[in-house]
Amino acid sequence: MTMNRKHVLAGSACIALMGVLLFAALAWASNAGTEAVAQVGSDMVKAGAQLGADTGVAWWVWPLVLLFFCFVLGIIAVLAGVGGGVLYVPLVSGFFPFHLDFVRGAGLMVALAGALAAGPGLLKRNFASLRLALPVALIASSCAIVGAFLGMALPTQVVQLFLGITIMGIAILLLCSKNSAHPVVTKADALGIALGMNGAYNDPATGELVQWKTHRTLPGLLMFIVIGVMAGMFGLGAGWANVPVLNLMMGAPLKVAVGTSKFLLSITDTSAAWVYLNKGCVIPLMAIPSIIGLMLGSFVGVRLLAKAKPTFIRYMVIGVLLFAGGKALLKGLGI
Amino acid sequence: MSEIIHTGKASPEQVSYANMLFYGCWGGLGLMAVTYLLYVFGIITPHIPLNQIPLMWSEPVGTYLELGKVPTGWGWSVLILKGDFLNFLGIVLLAGMTIVCYIPLIPVFLKRKEFVFAGLALAEILVLLFAASGIVGGGAH
Repeated sequence: MTMNRKHVLAGSACIALMGVLLFAALAWASNAGTEAVAQVGSDMVKAGAQLGADTGVAWWVWPLVLLFFCFVLGIIAVLAGVGGGVLYVPLVSGFFPFHLDFVRGAGLMVALAGALAAGPGLLKRNFASLRLALPVALIASSCAIVGAFLGMALPTQVVQLFLGITIMGIAILLLCSKNSAHPVVTKADALGIALGMNGAYNDPATGELVQWKTHRTLPGLLMFIVIGVMAGMFGLGAGWANVPVLNLMMGAPLKVAVGTSKFLLSITDTSAAWVYLNKGCVIPLMAIPSIIGLMLGSFVGVRLLAKAKPTFIRYMVIGVLLFAGGKALLKGLGI
Repeated sequence: MSEIIHTGKASPEQVSYANMLFYGCWGGLGLMAVTYLLYVFGIITPHIPLNQIPLMWSEPVGTYLELGKVPTGWGWSVLILKGDFLNFLGIVLLAGMTIVCYIPLIPVFLKRKEFVFAGLALAEILVLLFAASGIVGGGAH
């Protein structure tokens, strides 16, 4: 498999090089639209007066800062065991000049990219369960669409206010929650059995086969309505909520809960991301450095994980979330 | 429905899903990186001049759409040869991967007479297609 992946990467590099040559040719041929660009530029100059004074900062500065910021964020997110999305939205909306509409669009793309990258490994090792994810994903992704529309329909200040409250709530949840490695599920309920929410995985730490089943299925599924709406509304990843519900409420083992949660994000965030994409809330100039920065940071974070002190970093992240949440709250209150 | 015996190993459909996801995800990220470089180095002319974007990214999306003459829904596809909207190829590939990976699940579940899961997979595809369609994606405050 490793050799296959090297071949894939080498192939991707060749394709990328071919792509550069192809698009360079397109660029040379693409003279059409320069007049339209000039027109847009002209309109911009006229609109500039109403948009406010140009700060004089070159256009590439903020994307570059975002790239490095997200790189660091990616490292911290892995070390702290939190998703990139839950850090990205409050911090970028609080400390960068981007409007919340675009931060949420980019935030969903960031969370989606991270989940898509992590998904294959988790699925192959059976830490992510399709059987557990399919019913839950349907509810969460449907509600994420509703949340995205709600988030776009509400005034920005109101969303900012709710975001601040939610982020602070997440910080407190992270501080107080005690996950259970192997919850005791004496009997699977009828709905869980009907939905086939059971499975097994080989625990690498102990070498044993761990069988699992779920209970409290209906309350758990109902919680995913709320989770889906919040994920769509705020552009967050929702991993912070998925894991406690799957683990503490429904009784899935922690490794399965974490793995399935990460995989679940790739489905939940897909639906919300499409809504933001179709509404024009994804600006490539800022979204792509965010995605790439966070992905690269995550790679480094995984390698640092063995040497770092995760507990200290987790508390540091909780502190940062409380600060960022407070800032969003104040912004929402107009203070 | 045939009885499922859990051995701890991922099911064949789960492994297939994982493989498709792997190639699609990294393909999308690679494409994204290439198109972004073409965009920011000005190799391909953008629809909105690069130096004008910072004037709009602190404004609500409605202002950006109006001033930048940016189409909503799938309207960006007519601007695909513009440097900024070329980036949407990689973004759309990532956003579309889940739909692509779900499709093969349906015949697998039907063959095993797991009609509930087949129905869930089909329903999910419909939800994601609905979100992707842009039917209700237009407009912003």
